[in-house]
Amino acid sequence: MEIVAVLVIGLFAGALGGLFGVGGGLIFVPTLVLLVGLGQVDAEATSLLAIIPVVVAGTWRQHLYGNVRWRTAAIIGLTAVAGIELGVLTANALPEATLRRLFALLVLLVAAQLAWRAYRAGAASPE
Amino acid sequence: MRLIAIGLVAGFFSALFGVGGGIVVVPLLILLVGFAERPAMATSLASIGLIAAVGTISYALRGDVHYGYALLLGLPAALGAIGGTALQQRTAGPMLSYGFAVLLAAVGIWLLV
Repeated sequence: MEIVAVLVIGLFAGALGGLFGVGGGLIFVPTLVLLVGLGQVDAEATSLLAIIPVVVAGTWRQHLYGNVRWRTAAIIGLTAVAGIELGVLTANALPEATLRRLFALLVLLVAAQLAWRAYRAGAASPE
Repeated sequence: MRLIAIGLVAGFFSALFGVGGGIVVVPLLILLVGFAERPAMATSLASIGLIAAVGTISYALRGDVHYGYALLLGLPAALGAIGGTALQQRTAGPMLSYGFAVLLAAVGIWLLV
């Protein structure tokens, strides 16, 4: 049963990842922790590997659709690897709960900004 | 310059909270660089590949990766991604923005509680 649940959640996470251009880790990590019972670090490690098939299949389709800007993707991908190092250093130096709240507020603000922008664009040029 | 900043921020937060870089890359490409929704989401997905590959290698060297579960999640997820991208291609840009805003809001609330 657990295996069937993991397969179905995988399918759903991949669909969400493909639809919105995120890897699916948002769903993978809690699934591995809560359903499978892995520790947080092992879940994040395993999630990273599970993201790769999503990226390969999704990017292949998106390339055929002509949506991928390869140069932009390469620059962001390379600098993100450096950003991970900065993140690890910071995680060890600052209280995590405070950072988490700040990031959550930032995420909520960006969500509102994104919805507002889409609404304004729709109001300016009704389809 | 903006792209470098986006990459740094995405890597930074994904290391801190284990949220995928995509949750950061997509809105920043739309709001800062002026990408339309579809190219922003497609480019985000491509950029995540490098992050995931480097991350997997460094965790795998420490023995943290559970390969069986990665396959059980990742293989159906690849099929899901093909369906998801096809759906995206048929969805209007503003609808994608609203959907993404809902996803972000859910992540924000989940991080707060």
